[in-house]
Amino acid sequence: MKALVCVKRVIDYNVKIRVKTDKSGVETENVKMSMNPFDEIAVEEAVKLKEKGVIDEIIVLSIGAETSQETIRTGLAMGGDRGVLVKTNGQEIDPLNVGKIIKYIFDKESPDMVILGKQAIDDDCNQTGQILSSLLDCHQATFASKVEVNDDKTINVTREVDGGLETIKISIPCVITTDLRLNEPRYASLPNIMKAKQKKIDILDINDLNIDIKRRVETIEVSEPPERKPGVIVNDVDSLIDKLKNEANVI
Amino acid sequence: MKSLVIVEHNNKSIKTSTFSTITAASQICDSVDALIVGNQLKEAVDEIKKANGLKKIYVIDKDGLNNPIAENLSTHILAFLKTKDEYTHVLTPSSTFGKNLSPKIATKLDIQQISDIIKVCDSDTFERPIYAGNAIAKVKSNEKIKILTVRPTCFEPCGLTSNVEVENVNLEGVDLSSVSFVAYDESKSDRPELTSAKVIISGGRGMQNGDNFKLLEGIADKLGAAMGASRAAVDAGFVPNDWQVGQTGKIVAPDLYVAVGISGAIQHIAGIKDSKFIASINKDEEAPIFKFSDYGLVADLFEILPELEKKL
Ligand SMILES: Cc1cc2nc3c(=O)[nH]c(=O)nc-3n(C[C@H](O)[C@H](O)[C@H](O)COP(=O)(O)OP(=O)(O)OC[C@H]3O[C@@H](n4cnc5c(N)ncnc54)[C@H](O)[C@@H]3O)c2cc1C
Ligand SMILES: Nc1ncnc2c1ncn2[C@@H]1O[C@H](COP(=O)(O)O)[C@@H](O)[C@H]1O
Repeated sequence: MKALVCVKRVIDYNVKIRVKTDKSGVETENVKMSMNPFDEIAVEEAVKLKEKGVIDEIIVLSIGAETSQETIRTGLAMGGDRGVLVKTNGQEIDPLNVGKIIKYIFDKESPDMVILGKQAIDDDCNQTGQILSSLLDCHQATFASKVEVNDDKTINVTREVDGGLETIKISIPCVITTDLRLNEPRYASLPNIMKAKQKKIDILDINDLNIDIKRRVETIEVSEPPERKPGVIVNDVDSLIDKLKNEANVI
Repeated sequence: MKSLVIVEHNNKSIKTSTFSTITAASQICDSVDALIVGNQLKEAVDEIKKANGLKKIYVIDKDGLNNPIAENLSTHILAFLKTKDEYTHVLTPSSTFGKNLSPKIATKLDIQQISDIIKVCDSDTFERPIYAGNAIAKVKSNEKIKILTVRPTCFEPCGLTSNVEVENVNLEGVDLSSVSFVAYDESKSDRPELTSAKVIISGGRGMQNGDNFKLLEGIADKLGAAMGASRAAVDAGFVPNDWQVGQTGKIVAPDLYVAVGISGAIQHIAGIKDSKFIASINKDEEAPIFKFSDYGLVADLFEILPELEKKL
């Protein structure tokens, strides 16, 4: 089977983000960028399935500026076989259009499964996998915490839902989105990082795809969230209980 | 303008998230309908009928729709929408149910959904958190239908004193998908649900193991609290995964959130920021959680928790 894994380059999750003073967005200049953590989990899952002999080729796809090649390289160092970059000018693209771009690559490559993160930690949209499966009219399994490929190539996916865990059985081609507990992504070893430099990355220009990427949802402004007012340190259990009872009135 | 709220339920009862979503819909326009899709819905319909603010409830009750398979729900909802073209807004709670389903409806209508709105500015402009709530984006949709998911904790649930008109919808020729439902492992608890609880007490890695969560149970009993956890505590297997609070777990907004042995990583804070009061117990006075707490107690949790339970 062939897997397509989608990886987005985002501000590293450890960075404390800053809103631009003109409220047009979030400062990304000179900020550490990394692969979206959920996408690391997606790559790891594909590599695990390859190690089990279920998958024989992993394509790592990113849509973004030239610099997204680095993110693809990270995926290749973790065990991806080759990369595809759909190059943009770095502008934001609505998830529906991201879905259409992924579909374009899907139609070219005909993978059996597409693995995405459940959510990009910059836009927090949690949509792209669901959009893609709808565009492809194929099965979807979102928020996966366990993926088991059966002998007949159907796949049992356990999903993290609000009330517990749900298991569904889907067939290929399919779209799977990853939740945090699916696996622990590996660190790429130095030899694998070196090897990844030789792996091929195809670069396509977004303008050649004939997809209208005009934004349908405009960002009017981005602002800081309201601050919580500073609290106090209490000395002991008695004063904690007193404050909760008599000041906050919450117990 | 007319809004449609997609009802979240388990065929028997309605999830509170639905009532919050109705409130959000009422802030957009006066005319709000609801659509419930499932199987053997009598009890659920009796409950949703009481929701204030609804004009009409449409019911699709059909064999094979007992489990919330997104493919099945979306095809039925789309078939329903085809018969009615009056809706300008379609709203679904931003729970795992809504997140799984709503983008499918949007995509089939070639519409860009807006996820997880926390505020209605006007009928096409909304606020939503980005970067784990470390920034708030005000966004405007230029689409002909606004398809939205709604963060339930940001809208008070609607009142339940009405008796809304109900209409059964029979849809011919909508097939069921071949996705098969294998199992649902429901985590059962006698405690209040995290997302609607008034008081929550959560433990983190500092709890050291699952057994030690018993130290929190006694306190939760006394406070009638729900129990939650940080990701580290869930990952270490101390407690079930649906206890996780945070950016990628549950977003909560109780009157009181008590964090015990939790450092206060931004991803955890993202899930608790809207709490009215936050109290925390941590032995490290430098722990970031104190910056977000109304009341902080620097202490060893193993000494403090038994005392707290006794004195409450
Ligand atoms: C993409 C992504 C999403 C994430 N989503 C979430 C999420 O939804 N929710 C979430 O919680 N995390 C999330 N995380 C993880 C987050 O970054 C932190 O790793 C996690 O919240 C840490 O959990 P913790 O505070 O329990 O553990 P730690 O950071 O290890 O803190 C343990 C705390 O316990 C204190 N302690 C230890 N012993 C005692 C004692 N005896 N008495 C008192 N205090 C004690 C320590 O001082 C310390 O402050 C996410 C991470 C990523 C990358
Ligand atoms: N620009 C992109 N390039 C590659 N993958 C993407 C991109 N945007 C989103 N994705 C994928 O879609 C997932 C969900 O993103 P979102 O719907 O924006 O929260 C991410 O975890 C990625 O796997």
